[in-house]
Amino acid sequence: MRGRRPAAVSLLAAPAAVYLLVAFAAPLLVLLATSVVTPTGLSATGYVRFLSDPFGWKVLANSLRAAALTTTICLLVGYPVAVALVRARGAVQSLLLVSLILPLSVGAVVKAFAWTILLRSDGLVNQILVLTGLTAEPVRLLFTESGLVLGAVNIFLAFMVLPIYSVLRQVDPSLLAAAATLGSGPLHRFLHVTLPLTMPGVVAGVAFVFSMSVSMYVIPTLLMGDRYQTLSTLIARSYLFMRDRSLGSTVAVVLLAIAVVVVVLSGLLARSPRRTAVS
Amino acid sequence: MTPLERAGTVAVWTVAGAVVLFMLAPLAVVMAVSVSASPVFTLPPPALSFRWYERLLTLRDLWPAARVSVEVALLSTAVSLVLGTLCAIAVDRGDFRGRSAIVTFAVSPLMMPGLVVGVALLQALRDVGLRDAYASLLIGHVVITLPYVTRTVLASLSLFDFSLIDAARTLGYSYPRALGKVMVPVLAPAFLTSGLFAFLASMDNYPISLFLTDARTKTLPIQILRYLEERPDPTVAAISSGLIVLTIVVLLLADRLVGLRRLAEV
Repeated sequence: MRGRRPAAVSLLAAPAAVYLLVAFAAPLLVLLATSVVTPTGLSATGYVRFLSDPFGWKVLANSLRAAALTTTICLLVGYPVAVALVRARGAVQSLLLVSLILPLSVGAVVKAFAWTILLRSDGLVNQILVLTGLTAEPVRLLFTESGLVLGAVNIFLAFMVLPIYSVLRQVDPSLLAAAATLGSGPLHRFLHVTLPLTMPGVVAGVAFVFSMSVSMYVIPTLLMGDRYQTLSTLIARSYLFMRDRSLGSTVAVVLLAIAVVVVVLSGLLARSPRRTAVS
Repeated sequence: MTPLERAGTVAVWTVAGAVVLFMLAPLAVVMAVSVSASPVFTLPPPALSFRWYERLLTLRDLWPAARVSVEVALLSTAVSLVLGTLCAIAVDRGDFRGRSAIVTFAVSPLMMPGLVVGVALLQALRDVGLRDAYASLLIGHVVITLPYVTRTVLASLSLFDFSLIDAARTLGYSYPRALGKVMVPVLAPAFLTSGLFAFLASMDNYPISLFLTDARTKTLPIQILRYLEERPDPTVAAISSGLIVLTIVVLLLADRLVGLRRLAEV
């Protein structure tokens, strides 16, 4: 039972709401307007130009591909790590938490720089590959998509593990015990009890990682160089070097649209009936 | 344990072990390179040397950038703590429609591509005639730090039992005093963790700063990016190691005050 609710309390949201309207929502709307307003009136020329150009498609495909690969690998690796985090106790749990939270708190610029060292032909990754006999010769990793995805997985993995962990640790173990009593095997239990119950965490993690990796800028800049463009690097180029506001705003709106789709989809999925199974 | 369960357990711990190494390797490599005598990132270091740290002192652009970063991070975190807490209280205690919409809106800057927010802000600020890089940075950094505070304080408030305030008032406390004595201590960990993450998010931000900095006012990540483009040498590793050590110290303090597990729940 809640106490008194003075009407004036609602007004406390006003400063933050007004601030975000002015400094966040309005600029995005202006950006949207810039991309369709030409001296002669409204027009979608910018989008037609961008999407009829093979280069535009290439850039879009680069971003989506890298994001899809990064998100898939993060999910496949991140889920077991979240399981380990729930099962771990004491020092092991602390070690796991530190290895996720510490890199999370170090900037992307520092980590991307580290990966330029790790991925060199005489770098640590190649030394491990040769040592374990996976490859006979050092392979080229820097300036390749594999290197890019490896760096991106490293930088975004924690954003997959932590949301899954926060849902997974609330799963009632007695549900699994009950399923086992009813003759359900470990794989069946995982697929029909644990996985559905942790779906909200998976959806949140996938949404986080995808939206961040589709818009990454510093990682491709340092690990791929100028010849590989993503939506983000193209936006930065158009504004900072080419001074092409119309191209820049068009690409920015395309990227914004992708982000909005991810947010809306993840919102819908999180609200699906499965969610009620958790509570 | 069935063989399948055992295989699953082995797989989980193998992946977890590999991930610990995978996650810490970049930080370890940066720190190793920073104390290496070799200028070309040879690992393991042929000889130990602190020459890259000595070079830090001679970099003229570095220290002003570090100062701008710390100042902007502190100021924007402070502003966000006030705005975000007020917003969280309104959403938790208020009685108006669209409360969940307000929350979604307040957290949405985190889900939008930083570069797009930066470009939009750059354009809007130029349109209204604001050309001061410092003020622009501050405005932009409040946008990205606000979600951390709103989200965390709101989660903490929803667990807070407001009847405690009424109890304190029955015992003779005034309303503000009851808030200060009962609610603030309960919310302190939320302030600390969200403030910490807001501060680090601002310190590390490059996508918004990329557009809002100018030739004279740069933040640290932008300056580092600049060094990397101009002449990548282990001096950058020395700067980075400094930042890593700073982060470790901040996290150790936070662990002491609220515990690591709580940090993972942000």
